[in-house]
Amino acid sequence: MIPSYVPPKYKVEVDPNKCMLCERCTIECSWGVHRREGDRIISYSNRCGACHRCVAMCPRDAITIKENAVSWRSHPLWDIDARADIYNQAKTGCILLSGMANAKDHPIYFDKIVLDACQVTNPSIDPLREPMELRTYIGKKPKQLEFEFVEEEIDGKKIKKAKLKTKIAPNLKLDTPIMIAHMSYGALSLNAHLSFAKAVKECGTFMGTGEGGLPKALYPYADHIITQVASGRFGVNEEYLMKGAAIEIKIGQGAKPGIGGHLPGEKVTAEISATRMIPEGSDAISPAPHHDIYSIEDLAQLVRSLKEATRWKKPVFVKIAAVHNAPAIAVGIATSDADAVVIDGYKGGTGAAPKVFRDHVGIPIEMAIAAVDQRLREEGLRNEISIIASGGIRCAADVFKAIALGADAVYIGTAAMVALGCRVCGRCYTGLCAWGIATQRPELVKRLDPEVGARRVANLIKAWTHEIKELLGAAGINSIESLRGNRDRLRGVGLNEKELEVLGIKLAGE
Amino acid sequence: MCGIIGFMSRKKRMIKGDKIALALDSLKERGNGKGSGYVGYGIYPTKYKDCYAFHILIDNTPKFEKIKVEVENVLEQYGTIVKDEEIPTEDGIIEKTQIPWRYFYEVDEKYADREEDVVVDIVMEINDKVDGAFVISSGKDLGVFKAVGWPNEVAEFYRIDKYEGYMWLAHARYPTNTKAWWGGAHPFNLLNWSVVHNGEITSYGTNKRFVEMFGYKCRLLTDTEVVAYILDLLMRKHKIPVEYALSALAPRFWDEIDKMPEEERELHTAIRLAYGGAMLNGPFAIAVGTPHGLIFMNGDIEKDTTMFGLTDRIKLRPLIAAEKDDMIFISSEESAIRRICPDLDRVWMPDAGMPVIARPWK
Repeated sequence: MIPSYVPPKYKVEVDPNKCMLCERCTIECSWGVHRREGDRIISYSNRCGACHRCVAMCPRDAITIKENAVSWRSHPLWDIDARADIYNQAKTGCILLSGMANAKDHPIYFDKIVLDACQVTNPSIDPLREPMELRTYIGKKPKQLEFEFVEEEIDGKKIKKAKLKTKIAPNLKLDTPIMIAHMSYGALSLNAHLSFAKAVKECGTFMGTGEGGLPKALYPYADHIITQVASGRFGVNEEYLMKGAAIEIKIGQGAKPGIGGHLPGEKVTAEISATRMIPEGSDAISPAPHHDIYSIEDLAQLVRSLKEATRWKKPVFVKIAAVHNAPAIAVGIATSDADAVVIDGYKGGTGAAPKVFRDHVGIPIEMAIAAVDQRLREEGLRNEISIIASGGIRCAADVFKAIALGADAVYIGTAAMVALGCRVCGRCYTGLCAWGIATQRPELVKRLDPEVGARRVANLIKAWTHEIKELLGAAGINSIESLRGNRDRLRGVGLNEKELEVLGIKLAGE
Repeated sequence: MCGIIGFMSRKKRMIKGDKIALALDSLKERGNGKGSGYVGYGIYPTKYKDCYAFHILIDNTPKFEKIKVEVENVLEQYGTIVKDEEIPTEDGIIEKTQIPWRYFYEVDEKYADREEDVVVDIVMEINDKVDGAFVISSGKDLGVFKAVGWPNEVAEFYRIDKYEGYMWLAHARYPTNTKAWWGGAHPFNLLNWSVVHNGEITSYGTNKRFVEMFGYKCRLLTDTEVVAYILDLLMRKHKIPVEYALSALAPRFWDEIDKMPEEERELHTAIRLAYGGAMLNGPFAIAVGTPHGLIFMNGDIEKDTTMFGLTDRIKLRPLIAAEKDDMIFISSEESAIRRICPDLDRVWMPDAGMPVIARPWK
């Protein structure tokens, strides 16, 4: 066996003066970091991913985890990660797997955009005293409304009345513009999904199934669930399509544009096998392309097929990863009968992706929203299709900025998992998530109580919703329609001229 | 701040412009001398009544003649200039940074089926492409007169008392979002729509990008301009009945919509879904002159000129309405109305977001 040359990333220490040898840490750590030897706890630091489960559960606060202070010769080009990756690949000969979001030190454009607020000439609006409307409809909108004039008899007099002739296509009604992103059953535990489902129902919003099908336990929440059709078509049948409130075709994912997904066979338990409609223990592979989609026309056909299959009662979304050509693709999607385009930026999370993809492929969501919104406007299509943005939304201000740049609503993925306790340790693909989120091991899954999980996620959505209302009020706006695409209320700080141009915003001071 | 005043004779009696100037003068406290303006409907009743009256501001610089030729080149592409002249002004009152010019104009017959669209195209082309010239009104039998100055100065400068109209709107400006300049003063006009506004449109970025999708270009550097374009889009292009178009500008709250009977609920939901980008946010009280009447109980779209007033949904700016015989008034303050009509039959404060619509008597 070729040994690893990479020293442990973290250093785990158990303070013997505090430890009472309860062995809780040895039970809680699914990675096997801790072991009792005689009258002390031994820790194998090289197994630690800083998931903090042991730290959080230790009754004596006896455990500390620090970055391992082993010195490497500093070098501006050959940084530690570059060298560690080479050691690992020289050991295994494999593609490096990674979880969570892009870990490169690229600019976070959200943090280089600041918001406007009212002072004197127009009043701020106090959301505690005045109505603040966050309700958002996602779906197809008519280019214009048409009226017809009909004669009616009122009090014995014949009068003409204007009546609406236009029929509005089915839309999703969101009480807050925050939805929970598609993360599959398989990648996540059933209890994680149940937590999300209960939370979105309470908050009047929606969650995505991901490509893992819809477990029966989620049926009571189906009115708040968007089902996904990915290239693997796992779990897709008429019942599945009809159950959800909307359907999303997944073409790409922000963390790994251009490649598909892979759920290892060991994660395909009996429950997952039944939900995904694949044999137990078999690898679930979704290829990069849908094998019936090799052109935009093929995509349009699938959109229409899904609409036919659901009697034109369900909105159909199309999700693409944010890439250079996203605006042109979005125009194609907008003209395909699709109701919304979902754009997933390159800081989007993932259960498992080749590290080389996660860190190097795709473009920032901020740029993608701005470019897609602008292009759809230039084509006169923006009003007819909704834009949902995802990939690296961390707080209410990010939601607000995404909408001001042009989105209708956002999906949150990692943020919702963090609400459940996720530490972004990035090892979701191992299936050993100690918090019961990204795992199928029954003993780990049961650590996540869906009622508690739902409370935490609902609290997060509600807290952000309150903050969005406050931000709207400060901007003198009392309805989210007036924020959408309102780039006048944004300014850039520390951005160059070209970045400002793509974002469609002015520099602070202008 | 900003003061607005408008009145209309529902008998279409002609009223001299000195009345509106007097009324606006009592609102001077709401402005700061950095912009005043008037629009009169029915002011060109003789041989130019059926011509489009383009009022155009041209920079008063040595390039004046060159700019004027560029303007005329645009106009001549689509029709005939029947007559043109400098709008008569009084010297020595305000600094004449712009020269106001008017063209009475006929669109070529070959554009007969889309005559008004052609006029809109002309306005957009001049405002966008001709450096140093801006169209400030483009309707028939009406005209906008505006400049940087106090209400009485601008009225005197343009000799407003020499004009007679059956409807007048006026504005005293206190600029807060862009610098004061002649084109940025109110009213803002397109075709027969004229808008005066007190407030700030916090949704301007959304509204601007919404109308841009339909070919309008906001070039006058003031948020109110977009209101004129939204009205043209909704009421002329999309033929939305006026009451519903106004509901797009200041929609009912979702709480109210949810309680409506089904048909009405669907209608108001559809308005918010289709025209969310047209919704005006922030504090506003607007008064608008329009060519279309409202659909109420008699159903047909009236072609007569109409005036309406509308505030934002939580009424962050004042708006007062009043009536006396055939006259209907809308203003920021009752005192401005009483200055020209002390004895009123009725004075009321419209509810937040609820329009006051006045049309001529049959």
